[in-house]
Amino acid sequence: MVAVLKTVSVFAIPAFIAFILIYGHMKGVAVYETFVEGAKEGLTTAFRIIPYLVAMFVAIGMFRSSGAMEFVIKIVSPVLGLIGLPPEVLPLVIMRPMSGAASTGLLAELFKVYGPDSFIGRTASTVMGSTETIFYTLSVYYGSVGVKNIRYTLAAGLLADAAGILAAVAVCTMFFGR
Amino acid sequence: MVNTVWIILILAGILAAIPAGNIEAVTQSAFDGAKQAVELSFGLIGIYALWLGLMRVAEKAGLVKALSSRMAPVMKALFPEVPAGSPAMGAMAMNIIANMLGLGNAATPLGIKAMKELRELSHDKETATNAMCMFLVINTSSVQLIPTTVIALRSAAGSANPTEIIGTALIATACSTLAGIISVFILRRYY
Repeated sequence: MVAVLKTVSVFAIPAFIAFILIYGHMKGVAVYETFVEGAKEGLTTAFRIIPYLVAMFVAIGMFRSSGAMEFVIKIVSPVLGLIGLPPEVLPLVIMRPMSGAASTGLLAELFKVYGPDSFIGRTASTVMGSTETIFYTLSVYYGSVGVKNIRYTLAAGLLADAAGILAAVAVCTMFFGR
Repeated sequence: MVNTVWIILILAGILAAIPAGNIEAVTQSAFDGAKQAVELSFGLIGIYALWLGLMRVAEKAGLVKALSSRMAPVMKALFPEVPAGSPAMGAMAMNIIANMLGLGNAATPLGIKAMKELRELSHDKETATNAMCMFLVINTSSVQLIPTTVIALRSAAGSANPTEIIGTALIATACSTLAGIISVFILRRYY
């Protein structure tokens, strides 16, 4: 199964690229000129998101290095105990919406300490595989078009995240037992 | 809301650092964060150019339109304000497919393209439209069918069955995406 998935993910991108180019060529599109024309947008887009990313990275960096995380964990762990989330997974749950790199690091750490096949390891894997880095995505997407008032997007994103975590705990308990 | 979260993150960082004696580390990470943001943006230029170039080819070839008409019934229910067959619909469809397939670095530039098209449809350029909110919540709720990064990490950590979490992650993802969609439909009435 892992071998199959590896092959699929190795071929996914080249196949995707080849498909678009062959299809375009068959439809009579000047693929090279069209590509270059579209690629120009990459430059302006990457520049436009810089201030939004700076704002987000500075805030998350300050929060992470201050030790505020331990404090938050102390406050919320009794609440999360109620839904059956192992307290060890909590830092991952809190970090996940903020930073992809940091949460990947936390996941690897959990695997090292408790093993990937423990209940903690499986639940953490499921949480990681079913949630996203909300803050980063919102900064990049809204930043790229200069939207400043994002209305209820963050609230809805965090609600979805919470639902994913609840579901992860429930499904892992059901599938793997504790 | 972003204003509140942003200021809380920064103030909590500063306040928590004082008793812990971490204040220098916090200052340093503010500077590091700023630097990383710029480095990351520069690093993204090439990848964005690559995928936005390919996207333009797919668009001109009619591939995007064909794909979005396939997905039309679902897309129409999710984005009632966006005209069927519009470039915005096409770009969103491409982004969602790329996300499902786990093509993360293709999904982002395609999503940005979709945001630009959605802005063309809006009147107030600085405020998110309902369609933008829905689109982003679907994006942040993770619709990836197979979490390849997690499987690779499990495999590296010596798991006996690295792929056993595909099923559980898929169910959890479905729940979170569904909750996100429902939240958007409810919250849009009040905000």
